[in-house]
Amino acid sequence: MQPFTPLAELARGLRDREFSSRELTRSFLDRIRDHSATLNCFITVDEDRALAQADAADQRLAEGSATALTGIPIAHKDVFCTAGQRTTCGSRMLANFQAPYDATAVARLDAAGAVTLGKTNMDEFAMGSSNENSHFGPVANPWDPARVPGGSSGGSAAAVAAGLTPLATGTDTGGSIRQPAAFCGVTGIKPTYGRVSRYGMVAFASSLDQGGVFAASAAEAAVALAVMSGFDPLDSTSADQVDPWLNGLGDSHLAAPAEAPVIGLPRQYFEGLQDGGAALEDARRTLEEAGCRFVDVDLPHTDAAIPAYYIIAGAEASTNLSRYDGVRFGHRCENPRSLEDLYRRSRTEGFGAEVKRRILTGTYALSVGYFDAYYLKAQKLRRLIQNDFLAAFGSVDLILAPTTPGTAFPQGDLTDDPVAMYQQDIFTTPASLAGLPAMSVPCGFADGLPLGLQLIGPHFGERAVLETAALYQQHTDWHTRHPEAYA
Amino acid sequence: MSWEAVIGLEVHVQLATRSKIFSGASTAFGAEPNSQACAVDLGLPGVLPVVNGEAVRMAVKFGLAIGAEIAPFSVFDRKNYFYPDLPKGYQISQFAHPIVGRGELAVAMPDGSEKIVGITRAHLEEDAGKSVHDAYAGMTGIDLNRAGTPLLEVVSEPDIRTPEEAAAYFRQMHTLVRYLGICDGNLAEGSMRCDANVSVRERGAAEFGVRTEIKNINSFRFVERAIAYEIERQIDVLESGGRIVRETRLYDHERDETRSMRTKEESDDYRYFPDPDLLPVHIDQALLEAVREELPELPAARRHRYVETLGLSAYDAGWLTQEPETAAYFEAVVAAGGDAKLSANWVMGELSAALNRDERAITDSPVTPDQLAGLIARLQDDTLSSRTAKTLFEGLWAGEGEVDEIIEARGLKQVSDTGELKAIVERVVADNPGQVEQFRAGKDKVLGFFVGQVMKATQGKANPKQVNELLQEALKP
Repeated sequence: MQPFTPLAELARGLRDREFSSRELTRSFLDRIRDHSATLNCFITVDEDRALAQADAADQRLAEGSATALTGIPIAHKDVFCTAGQRTTCGSRMLANFQAPYDATAVARLDAAGAVTLGKTNMDEFAMGSSNENSHFGPVANPWDPARVPGGSSGGSAAAVAAGLTPLATGTDTGGSIRQPAAFCGVTGIKPTYGRVSRYGMVAFASSLDQGGVFAASAAEAAVALAVMSGFDPLDSTSADQVDPWLNGLGDSHLAAPAEAPVIGLPRQYFEGLQDGGAALEDARRTLEEAGCRFVDVDLPHTDAAIPAYYIIAGAEASTNLSRYDGVRFGHRCENPRSLEDLYRRSRTEGFGAEVKRRILTGTYALSVGYFDAYYLKAQKLRRLIQNDFLAAFGSVDLILAPTTPGTAFPQGDLTDDPVAMYQQDIFTTPASLAGLPAMSVPCGFADGLPLGLQLIGPHFGERAVLETAALYQQHTDWHTRHPEAYA
Repeated sequence: MSWEAVIGLEVHVQLATRSKIFSGASTAFGAEPNSQACAVDLGLPGVLPVVNGEAVRMAVKFGLAIGAEIAPFSVFDRKNYFYPDLPKGYQISQFAHPIVGRGELAVAMPDGSEKIVGITRAHLEEDAGKSVHDAYAGMTGIDLNRAGTPLLEVVSEPDIRTPEEAAAYFRQMHTLVRYLGICDGNLAEGSMRCDANVSVRERGAAEFGVRTEIKNINSFRFVERAIAYEIERQIDVLESGGRIVRETRLYDHERDETRSMRTKEESDDYRYFPDPDLLPVHIDQALLEAVREELPELPAARRHRYVETLGLSAYDAGWLTQEPETAAYFEAVVAAGGDAKLSANWVMGELSAALNRDERAITDSPVTPDQLAGLIARLQDDTLSSRTAKTLFEGLWAGEGEVDEIIEARGLKQVSDTGELKAIVERVVADNPGQVEQFRAGKDKVLGFFVGQVMKATQGKANPKQVNELLQEALKP
């Protein structure tokens, strides 16, 4: 079985009984095993469970009740709860935690017949931009194992890039799908806030967290997104909004946009660019040739996104993570001497340095005397950033921007400089704060490392984002390039 | 110096929803520890709260009943603190934007008067679990069955001045939430608890004194006693030259005293902020109107109606309307033809005593409203004397049959036949010449002796009025 076979080919092969889901699953499990030592993409691989799901899928395929994803292997970021399997969130705190429930996104993919290969590595509690903050060790970038894959969904991005799985779920709070997608040369989409249920997704920052998916192309990402998304009564912030286009996608190929979109180029996003200016210029030309029109747009509050994001995300995280107290589940220190001691040592031992940093900054931002100056002010900035986008979408259908300031950086480069690390998210946090759909697609290379371009759409504008990405991918082949070691 | 107390109450009303405020787990009382706590109540990773629409509806109902403004948008906040029985490390409550705004409660005082107490606000929140300290040596058990139980916290204005008023306010709140059907009112199971803010000041002073808060009082009697103790304590401190410290105190009902729990100086910073897992609660006009339609006649309106149209005393009206079931029973007796005042007397007297004696609820009374109305009718048409009516009531209580059957079977009919009575009266007069002498000599009291003798001879069935008339006649010199 060839890795990197397009999803549609896999689905056709399964339907035509050219190979079984068990065979397909087995081949990916073998690849995962072969590359686990170098990449460290997976925290948990459960072969028996995967093969059992594959057998069930084979039965469905035989019965003719298959969907576009029946029998297709997928990996889940270890932030999604999967019943009967551990969900660690990359943390010592949850190293042995087993949820008695499935995340809604997982349950929907399961119901469609997707086969779960395993749970991918990630920055602890999804906090990080390099996947170096995992209790289970860093993930290597398949294009250069000395470099980071990006984060926090680094395991998922690297696994798709290395052909260890055709699809992988991720979550994006401030760029955690788009940035690793760019660093690993794969396609990744963060849908509109509310599009994918957060139920069963371990919370980092509730008002920003959004589930999404990595794939080899926009068309393939759309197939998985269609299954994952939709209203969920278990998540009050889930959008009660039906998208007939998305739900009707099935495994049909994405059509080009009916009308070529007007695309905005935000000046502010190109000023701090280190690598990729030329690649973005090429992308622009390609899309222009395909009929798109480009105009300049102004997003004047872009600079405020990083501070606003780190205050809001930290504030929410500081209380979301209060439940990890050693009392009911998760890591508990040995022989606590008192309640205070139980809390202090369980949390000191269970959390890594970056998680502690965010809890402390977030707690500070919510404290009496600082609340107005930090939390409230950050919320006001968030509103201004949202308004920037709303104003821009008055005249354009989409926004095109770089995903990251540069290419994947060497492991260890930024670990001692949290502020520099946070600056990695400069182009991804604005869309997160505004709750907008945004995706990263491969658009070239700099020094042999992949580059990503970001498409940002208006709320619930996934169709324009995905169709335009598909249009771009019809005219380019960056998304079909694979790291040599894994081809 | 003359002192005046200033009191405000925070009443926690446990809403009578079947499931919890943010999860589908049951709220039933008394289950095995942790058998009614689902993943949401346990605060497991990734699970999310979803607000219970019924709890919102009940809060709206309460707001309308106290004439308060209902916020079109109210917001759930997180109140952050660590405690083992608080699974998420925060309590979901409403801080800056509560669902119910300013309203008022007309409180029936024991003397029949009415006092209006302002209500500042009422907000929805979830209850915490329970720490069990005595079950395991050296360890604390956590029971999360109660975690997530919906509460409506009702905060009064500092309009209350005496312990009696505080108890009456708490009782009136109890009456109201039971009328509305939003709380089972079971104090023993913790369905209503209150915190009392108490301060004292010189009578006539404009400023309030420093207040203390007495936490978690769960009976009408204890509210009154705890506050009375606390007022005395504060006056003692002030009169001996001390000052009151702002603090939280606990009432120990066994010792009948309040004790300091912690001072406010060391209180936590709860870091309230809007819970990003929940959207603002939106109440539209349609919901308001629908809930308004469901409002029953409220206790104060019913009280006033009893006084104005049924002619009852304010005291009786207050007594009868305290429990909706009592009022319903009383009204059923009146509807079945019972005279209002007599019905009130019988419900408050004989019936209430029997119910208490046998520990039965009025809804479970062996004597039906129709039977009690029948009894009252037989009293009014002179078939029964008040004494035989009581005997009849006992027969009804014991299930001996219907009103007229028991009167017949037990021979309770008053002897009103003039001929028969006259013969008895004449015999009694003839048998007691000494007393006749005394009466005729002007000793009027002796008449009572003769009435007694006649009653004895008729086994209480004689009509007292007739007996009197006949005796006067027979004793004339």
